[in-house]
Amino acid sequence: MPVLRQLLKHRALVILAIPGIIMLFINNYLPMFGIFLAFKDLNYTKGVWGSDWVGLQNFKFLFASNDAWMIIKHTILYNAVFLLINTVLAVLLAILLNEVRRKVLSKFFQSAAILPNFVSMVIVGYLVYGFLNPELGFINKSILEPMDKEPIAWYAEPDYWPYILTIVNTWKTVGYSAIVYLAAIIGIDQEYYEAARIDGASKWKQMTSITVPLITPVIIILTLLAVGRIFNADFGLFYQATMASGMLKETTEVIDTYVYNALLVTGDTGLASSAGLLQSVVGFVLVITVNYVVKKISKENALF
Amino acid sequence: MKTNNRTNPFIILFLTVFSLSCLIPFWLVFMVSVTNEKDLTRHGYSFWPNHFDWEAYRYLLHDSANIARAYGVTITVTVIGVVVSLLITSAMAYSLSRTEFPYRNALSFYVFFTMLFSGGLLPWYLVYTRFLHVQDTLLALIIPGLIGGFNIFIIRTFFTNSIPPSLVESAKIDGASEYRTYFSIIIPLSLPVMATIGLFTIVSYWNDWFTSLVFINNEKLYSLQYLLNKTLMNASFLQSIANKAYSNTANVTQPLESIRMAMAMVAIGPLVFVFPFLQKYFIKGLTVGAVKG
Repeated sequence: MPVLRQLLKHRALVILAIPGIIMLFINNYLPMFGIFLAFKDLNYTKGVWGSDWVGLQNFKFLFASNDAWMIIKHTILYNAVFLLINTVLAVLLAILLNEVRRKVLSKFFQSAAILPNFVSMVIVGYLVYGFLNPELGFINKSILEPMDKEPIAWYAEPDYWPYILTIVNTWKTVGYSAIVYLAAIIGIDQEYYEAARIDGASKWKQMTSITVPLITPVIIILTLLAVGRIFNADFGLFYQATMASGMLKETTEVIDTYVYNALLVTGDTGLASSAGLLQSVVGFVLVITVNYVVKKISKENALF
Repeated sequence: MKTNNRTNPFIILFLTVFSLSCLIPFWLVFMVSVTNEKDLTRHGYSFWPNHFDWEAYRYLLHDSANIARAYGVTITVTVIGVVVSLLITSAMAYSLSRTEFPYRNALSFYVFFTMLFSGGLLPWYLVYTRFLHVQDTLLALIIPGLIGGFNIFIIRTFFTNSIPPSLVESAKIDGASEYRTYFSIIIPLSLPVMATIGLFTIVSYWNDWFTSLVFINNEKLYSLQYLLNKTLMNASFLQSIANKAYSNTANVTQPLESIRMAMAMVAIGPLVFVFPFLQKYFIKGLTVGAVKG
């Protein structure tokens, strides 16, 4: 057995890797084997193995209601809007941050920008509630009331939430993206700018003709990677910011919240497993496709 | 570069407004936590209270058992999680970084595939509840965050790029075992990357509420974030916390609104306190791996 001999010879390296191998097996591989549950009628008393096979029945139920299309549409649309706004604003912010010469100021701006990225979504839920609390919140009490407008029952009115969630998501993530783009901008060779200045190019001209073109590869790569994850919603955002309000579902239900509700609130494991499998498979196909595209554009940025 | 020293004031203005909009929600919540309850019911939440009142904090201190226990749970989980996670992750990264390790490509793929495909929430949930039976234990809060493919690859990249292979070889010639090399040469040399990954692991354990939401029913095991989550979403839970704090003084109107926000402040506190000091590492961590090279 040459394999065994090889492993024995390098047994120290094998042993160092074993804890990691086991943890990945438990946390990632065991659940992967569990995808067959989407084709079973899971019954906890009969157990995972004893439950009956039902073929595609779970998927039929999933698509029989309008739920499936609604949550797919929401997930993709929200992610697309988030990505677009986030990218445009982050690039703009990064360019402006790069213009700040005073160290102290620059440090302050950067700190403020990334702080939201490091607070938990639970805290974000509190911050949103501070503004939107229907009885006492800042918007109803301090803005709408002085204007003699009726207070709005924010957590019961689905129409506002696409905007609210977009604002909250931008607030939380744009600073992080800006820092990433800023790192790319700092990496640009200063000689380009010196040459441009000698030729009398304005700041604006330098930005449109040097900065943006030179960070475009980074923009493309980050965008493509985000497209690969477009089927995965940020569960925390949609759960915490809305305070899990059932009345907002028609505009805020995404695949991740749907699977969570089906599994742990209503206990409909058939819907949870079929929607979950759908998400995993589409996500997998998207990542592979995106990587193929990235590889065509720039080989060194491909994931594999 | 003298001509370039002044920044356009509009840029400064724009960035100032942006920075304030990042910080202002925290300010609002803080101000609510120090506003007199009567003011709150009359005027609602505002950015500057008519009467400052630290009552909410006094009551949280008066019966701090809930919060203290939640802090204890979070700190325990975070400390154990970070130490074990760094050990497991870096050990595996070390094996993957050694070129003479014959199956390192297969092993890399084993790690990498977990980044491409996931089994989804339901099977993941069943693994922990029906197979490991760790629901309602601290293990359910620790195990899921222990390892991630992304961190393994970042540390491996650091090992291959920053630690000269000759160093490992000379250690070998001197008769050091792989373990010895790993513990007394590799780890001390990789403190920068360990600090960055460690910091982010701390933040993710500290901020985690999802595993509690899914696995924890026992009130004694509520983590800080989950306690907050319950307080925000469940009015009767907030009431029960307030009742405990007020058990001695009946017939007082409970400052529920400010207690709630005070709890949020107590949880944000440590982060806001360490953030300015570690800002450099936070920024470094954001850019590592985000853009290769």
